Amino acid sequence: MITVEHLTKRYGEFTAVDDLSFEIEEGHVYGFLGPNGAGKSTTMNMITGCLSATEGRVKIDGYDMFEEPDKAKRLLGYLPEQPPLYMNETPLEYLKFVGEAKGLKGRELTRQIGAVICQTRLEGMENRLIAKLSKGYKQRVGIAQALLGDPKIIILDEPTVGLDPIQIVEIRDLIRQLGRERTVVLSSHILSEVQAICEKVLIIAKGKLAAFDAPENLEKLFLASRGISFVAEAEADEVEEILKGMEGISAWQMKRAEDGNVCVEVQIASGEISDLSRSLFFAFAGKQKALLELTAKKANLEDVFIELTENDMPEAGMAKGESKESEAADQ
Amino acid sequence: MIAVLKHELSGYFHSLTAYIFGAFLMAFVGIGAMIYNIQQAVANFEYVLSFVSLAFVVLVPILTMRVIAEERKQKTDQILYSLPITSVQVVAGKYLALLAVYFIPLCIVSIYPWMFARYGEVYLPASYGSIAAFFMMGAALISVGMFISSLTENLGFAAGIAISVILLNYYSVSLAEHVSSTAFGSVAVLWVLSCLLGVMIRFLTGDEGLAYGAAFVLIAATGAAYWIKPELFEGLLPELMKQLSLFERFYTFVSGVFDLTSIVYYCTVIGFFLFLTVQSLEKRRYH
Repeated sequence: MITVEHLTKRYGEFTAVDDLSFEIEEGHVYGFLGPNGAGKSTTMNMITGCLSATEGRVKIDGYDMFEEPDKAKRLLGYLPEQPPLYMNETPLEYLKFVGEAKGLKGRELTRQIGAVICQTRLEGMENRLIAKLSKGYKQRVGIAQALLGDPKIIILDEPTVGLDPIQIVEIRDLIRQLGRERTVVLSSHILSEVQAICEKVLIIAKGKLAAFDAPENLEKLFLASRGISFVAEAEADEVEEILKGMEGISAWQMKRAEDGNVCVEVQIASGEISDLSRSLFFAFAGKQKALLELTAKKANLEDVFIELTENDMPEAGMAKGESKESEAADQ
Repeated sequence: MIAVLKHELSGYFHSLTAYIFGAFLMAFVGIGAMIYNIQQAVANFEYVLSFVSLAFVVLVPILTMRVIAEERKQKTDQILYSLPITSVQVVAGKYLALLAVYFIPLCIVSIYPWMFARYGEVYLPASYGSIAAFFMMGAALISVGMFISSLTENLGFAAGIAISVILLNYYSVSLAEHVSSTAFGSVAVLWVLSCLLGVMIRFLTGDEGLAYGAAFVLIAATGAAYWIKPELFEGLLPELMKQLSLFERFYTFVSGVFDLTSIVYYCTVIGFFLFLTVQSLEKRRYH
């Protein structure tokens, strides 16, 4: 559906996007992940023809974006990072303009505007000034605009930034819904979001493609960091004794909580997490000690992300802090 | 293009822009008609238009300052780049909308000569010829203003530059009498202009080689021509300033001559600045 070949964008000495190549297939939700300044927006702007490339090409369903922009752009709906809305218009006027510019006319235009207003749940808002709408509704007008002309591909640049938690959930639901009929590409620096919505993830760091896989497969890259954490109602030396008698454990850390229970983090040397969880449970049960919590710790996308971007990024610490922060804000 | 045109027009008529522009233009024409045609009982409506032409210094920037600068400021230009329309269509749509806003008050104004003709001898061909020329001159100034608006995202800056450029053009003929008419003076100014052209090429294309090359070739060519035949440059600068004045050409129409070369000149100016505006929009795509 989208083929990107050796895409490069240089601003003088600075290389924003560096020899990027990938292929996006029809009918999935793709996530574009990377820290701020990794080149996500630049790449999206080039894919949608808003920005020229220094080198390389972008093909949308076989049409070259830089040679046949008219045909290629008709297959795309794009919501830039900052929704390009005319503040002194109503959503209806705005959608009419975008629809006409996309070549829709008469009854078809009215039908599609009605359909996208319904789909993005803008009913009742269509005759208010865009300037007076809340951020969530502005974002919906932006998405509605992208949906006009029934494009096969929807590209959304950071669609949930600056929204409140309820709005975020609503927009995510909408994106999932869109993903059923179309190819959706969205960018984000929020890992949990990509994990929640996307079927495939492209990780970009420093303008280069760091990884391209399903979120589950990316997690498998980091089996080594697996572990189990649990809270036991017992004395520290009793826990120590039980753990010493078990196989498959390489190391553990213990901490006494304020309520007198012991919190333990166990590193797994071999075997399946589920087997070890089971034997832990029975071992403690056999000694009449209760386990209050038992959690299998899998590597999440965040670890994958940090690992991949840290490799060639000296300032990864910043990216790490940032993504943590935004995720905290997100939840 | 039609979509952009309709969108722009609805924007102008939803906001005050079209009404303020129309009201001011009609007010100036009204005052002029009052002074010349009614109080002094002169039968020539052309004089009124010549009186009003100074108002363009303020009116055109009011109309054109937002046209592209506002899109940049609000970041709505992104939608124009991502829609399946070309920059040429965007510029053409926006320009035609501006022309329509300018054309409507002129339609009302063009009733005046006909009205005056009912009460006395009015030579209508001269009046309507001047109105047509007035329209063309305004259209040329609007294309200049639109280009200036495309260079910045600061509305005040766009208006200020447009006012000074139009003012300079208005006074260029009177200024021409005071500038140096010696051959060397003209050559010096041509050199400065060549450098400015180089800067403009550098700014629009980002190609330093082309910019320096063009500036150098022009400087060398004028230098060589000056060395071979200096009398060629005698009085060239004042002459050039007179020729480039959009307003001076309009006064030919006021004196009752329908000068086709001037119409061609206006069309050339319009084409040139619309071309530059398209380049300025495309440059944004190339950064």
